[in-house]
Formats: sequence, structure tokens, C-alpha cells
Amino acid sequence: MRRRDSGGSALERARSLSFQFDGRELQGFEGDTLASALLAGGVRLVGRSFKYHRPRGVMSAGSEEPNALVELLRDGVYHPNIRATTQELHMGLQARAQNCWPSARRDVMAVNDWLSPFLGAGFYYKTFMWPRAFWEHLYEPLIRRAAGLGRLPQSHQDAPHEKAFAFCDLLVIGAGPAGLMAALTAARAGADVILAEEDRQMGGRLLSDHGQIDGMPGGTWAAGVVAELASLPNVRLMPRTSVFGAYDGGVYGALERGALHMAAPARTPRECYWRITAKRVVLASGALERPIAHPDNDRPGVMLLGAVASYWQRFAVDPGRVVVFGNNDHALATAKALAADGMDIRAYIDPRDGLATDAPFTVYAGAEVIGTRGRHGLQHVTLRHKGREFRMDADTLALSGGWNPSLHLACHMNGRPVWDDTIAAFIPRPGMVPDMEAIGAAAGQFSTHAALESGARAAAGALDALGLRAPECAFPQAEDAPYAIQPLWQVQGKGRAWLDFANDVTTRDVALAAREGFASVEHMKRYTTQGMAPDQGKSSNMGALAVLADATGGTIAGTGTTTFRPPFVPVSIAALGAGGYGKSFAPERLTTSDAQARAMGAPMIEAGLWYRPSYFPQADDRDWRDACNREALHVRNAVGVCDVSTLGKIDLQGPDAARFLDFVYTNTMSSLKPGRVRYGLMLREDGHVMDDGTCARLGDQHFLITTTTAAAGEVMRHLDFVQQAFCADWAVRLISVTEAWAQFAIAGPLADEVLGHIFGDLPELPFMGCAPVDLGAVAGRLFRISFSGERGYELAVPARYGADLFRQLVALAEGLGGGAYGMEALNVLRIEKGFVTHAEIDGRVTAFDLGLQGMVSPRKDFIGRAASQRAGLTGAARLQLVGLRPVNAQAEITAGAHLYAPDQPARAAFGQGHVKSVCYSPTLQSWLALALVRNGRARRGERLRLDDGLRGIRVDVEICNPVFFDPDGGRMRD
Amino acid sequence: MRLICPCCGWRDRREFTYMGADDYLHRPVPDAPPEAWDEYLHNRTNPAGAARDLWYHDPCGTWVCITRDTITHAVTDGTRLEDAQ
Repeated sequence: MRRRDSGGSALERARSLSFQFDGRELQGFEGDTLASALLAGGVRLVGRSFKYHRPRGVMSAGSEEPNALVELLRDGVYHPNIRATTQELHMGLQARAQNCWPSARRDVMAVNDWLSPFLGAGFYYKTFMWPRAFWEHLYEPLIRRAAGLGRLPQSHQDAPHEKAFAFCDLLVIGAGPAGLMAALTAARAGADVILAEEDRQMGGRLLSDHGQIDGMPGGTWAAGVVAELASLPNVRLMPRTSVFGAYDGGVYGALERGALHMAAPARTPRECYWRITAKRVVLASGALERPIAHPDNDRPGVMLLGAVASYWQRFAVDPGRVVVFGNNDHALATAKALAADGMDIRAYIDPRDGLATDAPFTVYAGAEVIGTRGRHGLQHVTLRHKGREFRMDADTLALSGGWNPSLHLACHMNGRPVWDDTIAAFIPRPGMVPDMEAIGAAAGQFSTHAALESGARAAAGALDALGLRAPECAFPQAEDAPYAIQPLWQVQGKGRAWLDFANDVTTRDVALAAREGFASVEHMKRYTTQGMAPDQGKSSNMGALAVLADATGGTIAGTGTTTFRPPFVPVSIAALGAGGYGKSFAPERLTTSDAQARAMGAPMIEAGLWYRPSYFPQADDRDWRDACNREALHVRNAVGVCDVSTLGKIDLQGPDAARFLDFVYTNTMSSLKPGRVRYGLMLREDGHVMDDGTCARLGDQHFLITTTTAAAGEVMRHLDFVQQAFCADWAVRLISVTEAWAQFAIAGPLADEVLGHIFGDLPELPFMGCAPVDLGAVAGRLFRISFSGERGYELAVPARYGADLFRQLVALAEGLGGGAYGMEALNVLRIEKGFVTHAEIDGRVTAFDLGLQGMVSPRKDFIGRAASQRAGLTGAARLQLVGLRPVNAQAEITAGAHLYAPDQPARAAFGQGHVKSVCYSPTLQSWLALALVRNGRARRGERLRLDDGLRGIRVDVEICNPVFFDPDGGRMRD
Repeated sequence: MRLICPCCGWRDRREFTYMGADDYLHRPVPDAPPEAWDEYLHNRTNPAGAARDLWYHDPCGTWVCITRDTITHAVTDGTRLEDAQ
């Protein structure tokens, strides 16, 4: 093989590119694929096959390539399984053969090929049965080492990938004659059109065919159409884009190759994962040529005829002495056209009798290829003609076993194609994917005229469905040659005949599978691994099921196909995950005090998507506990400031707002007076606690409720549901205002002094009171509520003033011997007071379990009421909230530990409950825990053994009141 | 997958949060017998074909009753809850 001196429609000969393959320096041109450049450089052997390590060369010129999978240096590491046929050449490209060692020419594992009589389908299943113990430690590790195609880079890959969304009236998949005609027709009518084409250039087979359209070469016509489409504002041309999957609702997945053809892509995305939503779709994906399963059909130099034509026409690759083996009219016509164009075609071989022999080469009708020779590449072909067998020298054997419509996408919703005898192939049925129509070769219409005609017709149909008028346009003239084929699924003879080149499946393997009972096509596939390689059997599945039909005595139509599933081409995980890793996976929600907290050195912890300060360290702290103790004592003895803005805030207004709140809370809110706040409990409809929080009545028809940070979204959804499902006619509206307000707790005996500095004249507020306040020109809200058990307030201002207010509050608190406190201290303070959070409200507890049954009103209906009264949700059998103190106050206890009677073993059957939250209380100088204990409220004073098997902690504890500190609440009330 | 929001039109499924079958719309009267509440809370048919279920369109806060086909996956309708009772 070599490069022709002229020609090559895809090449820019002025731009020469140097690249390396297996360490060898080679030259190509801009526009080459790696495969075309290798062929032009005389490289036929590009890798070794998967199982037998047979020498293999380029077979196709497209994404269906089974053989030419190479490793490519990209972003500093080698990436495996790159198809040389779709990889565009760029300056400095470095690739190497894979699945071979030390090299493609001398591969140690080629010994497998000599062992092949023992390595047929099912070999592993049959051989490694015994001794049984050998499987796990010997056989499996050995087989795993030998298995797999290519090695993934082991380092983290952070090359940029992108995701994108697109919408259109008409998605045209494939830019051959049918697709171009459909896109042009729809575009001229004003429809929003996306035209996606896998190749770098649009035109499909017009780029390699010799036919004419309207008297001009097909490629010229295609270029004219593409230029017109590119000029229209309602058309998006997407070259280098493989539509790989059809999904529900008119959504299509597509992979655009971004920077993979660039020598120095820097931050240009390597690939882009598109989700395209289309009202109508035209599938014009063309057809894939089939090889022929004749003995020794896998040598480098054995290629598909269409690929030989494509490399000749587009890339000026001269295949040397060519023998063509075909079984259809298209093959003979192509051979004649190529010969007329100067290709050295030595013979045309066809199993059909009585072919016209008006060709400039010898036509062997009624003949078959029965073998090939050449260790690392084809040297000669053996054929059988009229009972005679003889050899012919050849550099290239071009196969054409007919064409399979590329109907994959049409089958992605589990539709099954139908068999068409006239073209000996499966074709899609109408309606397999809603709003999609397959046209042209993808629908089994192989002439250029039929492609153009079906393109125009499908576009007109789509326009009609879209309510647009199809334009009048002159219909181009093109060949309408009939296509006759005589199926040839396998040639009998000595030697192995390959079906699946990528996975090394031969006709014998398929026959063996049938003999051994794996006669259904899905079983045969899994037994032989037919079609399970990276190419997914695009060029081989059809042949394999025909051989299977033959072996089982059935018909091809009756045998049926395996299931077509996305993706049509391999899609990298990096592309699928684009935009979804690192911080993009979980965006950060930051409070207004975030920068200040970080500036104070606070480690931040995640609360859902929020980040909150854990504690505020000081220089002489030994560890975080020193800081936590200090902050908790600030609140108990002076004053602390804490950002509580992450709590959910929902604003409700309207004449029926109070009535609505009565319906969603267990307790009554309608009796709340304006200017007052009440603690509230919400249940799920199944009777378990959903969330707790406060409800403030800001005005007669205006309420503000808070939720826990964790349940803010769930509560909002829930309230919207209750309102829209059951009270749609009530006059109430609700909206989340969580991010509109910054809110800070100011807690401790000196809280009033801090606020006195802020307001000068502190409004007189009773415990559980609220009032609007003015901070200069800023309107805020003040609530006298406490989550710490101290006299305290929460002050809310519009979020844009939050950072300033926090800084001011912290400075004031520090001036009074207090300061900011973080989540650790907040947790200590609330455990000391027995206040629950979602550590206790774990989705399985009821109001009764928490000791809050007094808040459940017996006098009204509310969400969860009926179910909360169910037998089993109350009573002595329930796990109830209690406090625990270790008998030795300094003995560390842990959350998650289980509780047992002192004399009983740590087994589930003896479990008495478990610990939900723990802390060390600097105020009480003791470890404390909140726990759920069976019938716990009646067992105060009883001793249990706390047993944390994971951490090896066993501590005697005593059940007590969950309110450890200031049980009558005087400190926060008075 | 795309769903129709009566407020916003056809939107991507990822904008929605799923709740369950539209049985949730038929809340028993408060003193209905436990069997009625059991039926309401726990028991669901598993239809092959037409199904109605409830989805929350997070961006606009609208709860939607979606009519779809569990065999073909066709989504045919999306209405506000007040129109779906």
C-alpha cells in the first residue's frame, strides 16, 4: 500500500503531519485518519486480536472497526481502544498497537493461536471446573490477567469534558444523500434542524462513491448542500458527532468529538455529551458493509470493499493488487468504477453464476475465496472456481457480503426489525421509535435516487406534523441502480473463518454453541462472546446469526437478532460524567457569614449542600474539644453568636394561612397571637414525625415558619403538596424565603447587652415573642427563641446585610467575654437541653416516641393524625427518647452504640435501644447522650450497658430525663 | 424522559421529584376506618398501561399529575392537582 501522487478529497496536501506508530516515524496529511495515514505509510499490521493474538489490520473506514484498536497518547497517558479509523491525525500524534508484547510483529501471546484447537467457545467454562479450590486463587487471577482489551490509564484524568443540551424540530442523523436531502428540505421550510454526522466531513458515501447527482460528482453536490445549510440560521450542523442512543420523550444522546483531533488542545473540551430533544427525527445513518466468512479472512490486507473505495477516493491510499470478493451488484459496480479510476484490480470473485463479464478485470462467476496466505499481511488468495483451486497474488482482498442497514437507533426502544429477503438484511419497521423515520440505506433503500427521494419525503412528512409547509424544490437526478444479492454467509473449507474479528469468534464457535444447546441467539452470543467487543458486532452479528440459523436448521428471520442497546459507539465515562464531578457534583451553598467564619479559622462542615463552621479555634487549643467547650461555656456564662440562616424559612400569607397551618402541624397555630412564636411538629401522613420548627405570626394573615436545615426541601414540597392537593381553594400562598434572610442566634445571659448596642433601645419581647425591628435603615425581624436553653434571640436581616451584622455581633459578644460559636457547641447546648434534631427524628419515630404527644391535638384533623393513632405507634413496646449519663461521668460514650441490660449479651435479640447523639458537657462535667430505649420513659434510674462493638467501647450508663440542664426552662424564659 | 408541567410546559425529568401514584390525592375522611387509611397509605396497583402519578416540578413549585403509559413510556398529560381530583 502507498499514497497515490494525487487525489484524496479529504486531504490537505499542503499540510504535512508527522506522527509515530509503535515508535516509527511516519508522515501523513491534514485530513487523514490515523488508519488512512498508516495504510498510506505501508503499515498493514496494526495490532493483535483479542483471544488468539492473530495479526490484524485495518478492516473498515468507520466507527464499526473491529481490528484497528490502538493505544493513543493523549494528555500524557496512553488511552486504549482508540479506533484508528475515526481518530483524526494531528501533528505529533503518538499511537501504539495494543494487546501484544513485545510488539505487534513479535507477540509472545501468539502462542494462543497454536493452542486454538483447545480454546474454542466455552473453553473456560469446561476447563477450569476442578479442582474447585483452584478457581479463586489460581485460575481466575490468571484468566483475568489475560483478559480484557487494552489497559486503562491508572492515573486520575482531568482533561476537560463538556455536556450540552439542544432542542430542535427535526434531528437528522447522518449526512449522506438521504440525510442531506431531508435536512435541506426541512431547513428551507424554516424548521429548526440539527444535522449530526459522525465523520469530520458531511456527505456520507457521496464522498467515496463515483456516482453523480445532477451531473456533478456526489461530493460536489454534497458540499453545495452543506454550504447552503451552513448559511441558514435555523440549522445547526454537527460534524464529528455520533448520535448513540434513542431515549424516551424524543431525547437522543450524542457524543461530539471536540479536541481529540487537536495536537495541543489545552482546555478545549475533549468531547461533549449532548442531549438533543427533537420533535421529529430522521434516521439516515446509512448501511454497514458485511465481510464474508471465508477461511483465513482475518489477515491484514483483508478489508471491506467500501473501505477500500473510501481510502482510495478520500485519502488517496493505493491498495496495490486488489482481489474483490463480493456477492452483490453493488460490489461489481464499485470494482468497475475503481478500476476505471486506475485501481489495480486483478479479479472479481462472486459465488453467483452467469455474471456479465464486461469488466477490465477477470470476473470469476460461481467462485469463492477459500483461503489466504501471508504471515503479517496478505500475500495471496486461494480461490475455487469451476471445481479448480488456484492461487492469486494480492496485496488487498476487498470483501463485500452485502449491506446491513444501520438501524441500531431505531431498535433502542426494544423494537424488533423485520427481515427483507430482497436485500438479505434486517430493516426497521415504521414506528419502532415514536416520531422517528428511517430513510435511505438505513431503511434498506440503497440507490442514490432512493436515498434522495426518501429524504425529501420524510422531511415533508415531518414538516406536515410540525405544521410547516414543504417548499417546492427541484429534485436532483441520480442513479437508481437495482441491488441484487445472493446471500453468502460462510464459505466451507479448511481453516477458520472469522465472524467477529474483535472477539475472535469463528463460524465453528457458533456451530459449536448450537451443538451444545446454546441455540437461541442471545445464548449463542453469551457463549461465544459474539458481538461483545468494543465494536458490538456491528459488522459481524448478522453473519453470526445467519450461521446460527444454518446450524439449527432455522431461518434468519425466525432466529432473530440480539437486543440493540445504546450506545451505538463507545462513550467515555468522562463524557457521560461531564459537569458532574468535583464541586459540580454537589454545589456549595454558603451563608453570608461564610467568609468571616473562614477568616476566623473555622473548619467548615457540610450540612446538606450548606457549609457551616464547626468551631472557632484559638492558638492555645489542644484540640477541637477545647474550642467547643469554650464556646458552649460562652453561651452558658456570657453570650454567643451563631449563624442559623441555613434553617428553612417559609413565608405564608392569606386569610386561610392559619387554617392551613392547623392542617399541617399537629398542634394549633390559629390560636397564636400576632407577635408570638410557637414550637410546632409536623407528621408525615403515615403518622411518623417529618420535622419540627417554629411558627411565628408576623401579622393576622402572615406567618413565617422554620424547618430544620436537613428537611427544608422536603417540607416545602410537602406543604406545596398539601396545599395544592387538599386546599387548592383556600386563600393561602407560601414561598421559601430561606436565602432571602440572614439569621443569627444571640444566646446567653448577656444577649440583651449585645442587642442593646445594636438597637440602643431594645424592644421588650416576651419569651416566644417576635417583632419587626429597625437597624438604621434596614428592616429586620427579632425573635425571642432559644435552641440553647439560654435567654436568647434570633435576629434576621435581608441577606445582603448578613455579613456586616455577623461581624458586628461577634465583635460585641467578644467584648462581653463571649464570641462566635459553631456547630459543635450548638450540638452540645441542644443535647444538654434535650432538644431533638434529625439525629433523633430518623423517620421512624412518632410524636409519642419523642415524648411530644402533648403537642398532638385531639380536636382537629391534620396530616398524619389518623395514622398516628394506629396500634403499634404508641405504648410500652416503642423505643422512647431518654437521656443517658455514664455512671463514670468521664467515660466516653459514642453515638450509634447499642444498649443492653448489664447481664445480657450484645445480641440483637436482647437489644434495648440505641444511642442517637452524644456530647461532652463542660457545664455538667459529664458525657451525655440522647437515646431511644424500649419503654424508656418508665425506666428512668435503670442501668444499661452501652456497647459499641465497632469501637470496642463498653460503658455502664443510667437512664435519665433527656433534659439534662435547667429542666424547668427558667433560664430561657425569665 | 420529559414531563409536562402545566405551568412551564415540557421539561426534563431531572427538574422533577417523584412522589408516587395519584392515590395520594384521595385522602380518606378523618374518621374513615383503618382499612381505608391502610389502602390509602400502603396499597398500590402496578398497572401495565395507563398510569397516573404525582411529580413535583422543583423550579416552579407546581405539583403535577402525570398520565403516562408504563408499557410505551409515552407521557400524555400533566395537570394541576386541583384538575386531577
